[in-house]
Amino acid sequence: MTTIYSSATEMAQALSKKDISSVELTKLHLDRIEAVDGKVHAFLHVDSQGAIAQATAVDAKRAAGEKLSPLAGVPLALKDILAQKGVPTTAGSKILQDWRPPYDSTVVAKLKAAGVVILGKTNMDEFAMGSSTENSAYGTTQNPWDLTRTPGGSSGGSAAAVAAFQAPLAIGTDTGGSIRQPAALTGIVGVKPTYGGVSRYGVVAYSSSLDQVGPFARTVLDTALLHEAIAGHDERDSTSINAPVPQVVAAAKKLDVKGMKIGVIKELGGTGFQAGVSQRFNEALELLVAGGAQIVEVSCPNFEYALAAYYLIAPSEASSNLARFDSMRYGLRVGDDGSKGAEEVMSITREAGFGKEVKRRIILGTYALSSGYYDAYYGSAQKVRTLVKQDFEKAFAQVDVLVSPVTPTTAFKIGEKSNDPVAMYLSDIATIPVNMAGIGGMSLPVGLAPEDGLPVGMQIMAPVMQDDRFYRVGGALEAALLSKWGKPLLSNIPELGGM
Amino acid sequence: MAAISRDDVAHLAKLARVEMTPDELDHMATELEDILGAVKRVQEVATAEIAPTSHPLAMTNIFREDVVRPSLTNEEALSGAPAKAEDRFKVPQILGEE
Amino acid sequence: MTLDYAGATTKYEPTLGLEVHVELNTKSKMFCGCATEFGAEPNTQTCPVCLGLPGALPVVNAKAIESSILIGLALNCSIAPYSRFARKNYFYPDMPKNFQTSQFDEPICVNGYLDVEIQTDEGQKVFRVEIERVHMEEDTGKSLHVGGATGRIHGAEYSLLDYNRAGIPLVEIVTRIVPGTGKYAPQVARAYVTELRDILRSLGVSDVKMEQGSLRCDANVSLAPIGSGKLGTRSETKNVNSLRSVERAVSGEIERQANRLEAGERIIQETRHFLEESGQTRPGRSKEQAEDYRYFPEPDLVPVTPDAKWIEELGTRIPEKPSVRRKRLQTQWNCPDKEMESLVNAELLDVVEETIKLGAEPTRARTWWLGEISRLANEKEVAPTSLITSKDVAEIIALIVGGDLTDKLARQVVEGVISGEGSASSVIEKRGLKVVSDDSALMTAIEAAIAAQPDTAERIRGGNIPAAGALIGAVMKATGGAADAAKVRELLLKHLGRG
Ligand SMILES: [Mg+2]
Ligand SMILES: [Zn+2]
Repeated sequence: MTTIYSSATEMAQALSKKDISSVELTKLHLDRIEAVDGKVHAFLHVDSQGAIAQATAVDAKRAAGEKLSPLAGVPLALKDILAQKGVPTTAGSKILQDWRPPYDSTVVAKLKAAGVVILGKTNMDEFAMGSSTENSAYGTTQNPWDLTRTPGGSSGGSAAAVAAFQAPLAIGTDTGGSIRQPAALTGIVGVKPTYGGVSRYGVVAYSSSLDQVGPFARTVLDTALLHEAIAGHDERDSTSINAPVPQVVAAAKKLDVKGMKIGVIKELGGTGFQAGVSQRFNEALELLVAGGAQIVEVSCPNFEYALAAYYLIAPSEASSNLARFDSMRYGLRVGDDGSKGAEEVMSITREAGFGKEVKRRIILGTYALSSGYYDAYYGSAQKVRTLVKQDFEKAFAQVDVLVSPVTPTTAFKIGEKSNDPVAMYLSDIATIPVNMAGIGGMSLPVGLAPEDGLPVGMQIMAPVMQDDRFYRVGGALEAALLSKWGKPLLSNIPELGGM
Repeated sequence: MAAISRDDVAHLAKLARVEMTPDELDHMATELEDILGAVKRVQEVATAEIAPTSHPLAMTNIFREDVVRPSLTNEEALSGAPAKAEDRFKVPQILGEE
Repeated sequence: MTLDYAGATTKYEPTLGLEVHVELNTKSKMFCGCATEFGAEPNTQTCPVCLGLPGALPVVNAKAIESSILIGLALNCSIAPYSRFARKNYFYPDMPKNFQTSQFDEPICVNGYLDVEIQTDEGQKVFRVEIERVHMEEDTGKSLHVGGATGRIHGAEYSLLDYNRAGIPLVEIVTRIVPGTGKYAPQVARAYVTELRDILRSLGVSDVKMEQGSLRCDANVSLAPIGSGKLGTRSETKNVNSLRSVERAVSGEIERQANRLEAGERIIQETRHFLEESGQTRPGRSKEQAEDYRYFPEPDLVPVTPDAKWIEELGTRIPEKPSVRRKRLQTQWNCPDKEMESLVNAELLDVVEETIKLGAEPTRARTWWLGEISRLANEKEVAPTSLITSKDVAEIIALIVGGDLTDKLARQVVEGVISGEGSASSVIEKRGLKVVSDDSALMTAIEAAIAAQPDTAERIRGGNIPAAGALIGAVMKATGGAADAAKVRELLLKHLGRG
């Protein structure tokens, strides 16, 4: 029987066999959201009406015998950073309170065309700036594994929704790890595709040269199906790659790593990594070896500078991308009492409408780009980017994929790092190099850390537009882990009540 | 590197159009200095002979044909406006230039 | 004591610098598909991209690149094998993203020149104006200031924004400083803008209408004591909206600066506004601090690297330089200076050349276009070329020369063509406007006229030759003007025994 605990693939099969209708399946999920979101707070906006309407349309098409996409009728949670026509899109910020875009992002258009049912918009760190979803202007999302902990961020709402069975699928964005890190901390699969693999059109920009949209799901195959649904060339995005989408679904079904060379990045492990994280990571490596893969240790000496470079490049681009939020054309306006000029109203609005972390990064980015400091900061960071790319190129000359833990630790407590920006930034240390180089990466759950019982993720990385490689490794490793455990990792998640 | 002063932050805040109280300026100056202390590491390896990378992929010449596409309607364009009048965005008086 | 212009240029050496902004006449905007047509209802030619909505992304208009390269080639520039867009960051309500997508240190064309010729005390003299760069950028929206006493910004209660013009492609052409013009600086400035305008028009890349703002000029002027070999501090005069104003703005600034220097005051580097009524300039916004535009490469766009073949192909499309062509045509047509000037000002050079190519005699071609056709066009407030084709005009002229049309009849033909009765030949056919040269037909009319006025005929017989005028007039009237008056006279006198 199809339930909210089924995989998206199972749901799709049941829908195509007409064992369940999309409206029924959608209602199951809306009920679940109603029951548990008070605890998780994954959603900022639940679009029940819109979702039921979409589901009804898919059911009608199916009844009429129309040929439908593989995921037609399956529900999904959308990060609130993607423009959806007529539906509130806030990017987690007060400055976009009540903004309803007059247009669809390309990803939303593709999802609609594929008949995927959009349940609503999920919580996130404001403008995707954060690693804990604590920077949302609309409250923190709780990790369904332990409600006192963060689900990670910035796509924390999307990850939590999937882990808490509020949606089998979700969309996130990843600028420095914002899909992979929350996937790891909530025990689900998350993928940051190759830069340019998925259109950024309609995605509220944080850092244009790093942002990438990607899928979340509870299995590798589900993730691959969603990846194929949203990927592909878009003429509205000048940085979109005009090439066929990698065959990720086929790769996810291969379940075989025989003969593959897997590189372990020396610099991403050991000191600073929680014992249980390293332990589960190493056990997963053993399973890959058992599957016939060859493990090679590689060195990426410049990765230690990647974090610093990221915290110059991303804020610099952000300071410019966020300049448009000025209260003139849309969004919040504060202080317009008829006596103040436009410039003053802009400043007052931006002060009132942006959260602390956003202001911090805007000021930092403004500094890094300003005359006299550009070369030392922004310019130097761009050079580090060159070095990080070169490290990847050398490493991929030796191996098919690279692996590392996704995060140094399991999910941290809410409030634990919120007053120490530099400590918070460190949680992205292993994910950032991937964005800097524009390659793709997957976060795959590989167990629970013995010391705290919280999920641990393995990061699998592949060269540009070779995303199928990490789906192949991820699919095979997932199968090996499942046979070792006898049941999915998520079956260990605590009851949230209302089930 | 010289310490970040409150005046420096005030200048940046003005450039970025973010009104800040003196308290906030002080606080931000401290934080900015901490963060800059951490990120200035990039200078250790960024030597002159390394070319900067501003874009992750080496693409060039992405153009569109000069073809007119439908615009938004006036109503759609103004749908998010905090204030509007005469089919235009209504904004506080623009001071300082003609 | 104040210095007049002659006094100022006796003591001080002016140095010029000119920045010209040209709106390209592409069908769609620089980075989106919105129409560029002038005069549309407010905010009806806008989209997520040119409104700077969150998530929207730019894509470069290929035609704008092509036009920019054409301009560079016509101005003897090198076309950069690699150029990029950058973001110029500053806040202004008419700029939707609060950054202008422009080119900074990597413009598309560099190092060109334009030779201009002016009349000096020593005869015609050529000045070479060196072009530093030609770069692409986008226009801003338009603001309307409402309320307040003057309707100007100062005292306005609020402003209204229309973004139809935001994102229209602009090309900025920047000269190097032009030294050594001496007292001819104003004429050189005017001649440069005139020549540039003509070149842009001949390339077909812009409407170049200064009054509509599709060509805008900023004039930089500085002074230094003659012989000092130094460069003074410059001012930048904006809002110069006609060729005459270019000249006046430069001479006005020379006078103003000279008088300041005379009074021992410093010249401030500032932006000034040209006042059409007085020919003076007044200071613009005084900047508390130098703008810091925080340029950085636009991450949403990729570099432009035109290949040599494309540039070569575009090179074949550069027409003869307008000034060279004008001289050539003037000689070929043996055309007086005044008339040539009229043809140029009325933009009739092309159509007159075409008419002549179709066999028309040059003097008649000029006279018809400048005279009757221009008169009718003036009445209708349209361009002469929109009324009638060069083919029709050439045909009419051929008929006049062949004696088949009188000037009077020809005017009727022209009028018929203009009122939409068809081509010249079909108007002649339909209205029966051929010159009546058939003697017997004329004789019938002559005899009828004699019968109607027997007394007059008698007087003529008696030797009163001037009395023939009345009978000739009657014949002309009877034939609807389709007779050759000289022929009528000859036949009449002969018939009355006075031939
Ligand atoms: Mg400019
Ligand atoms: Zn547009």
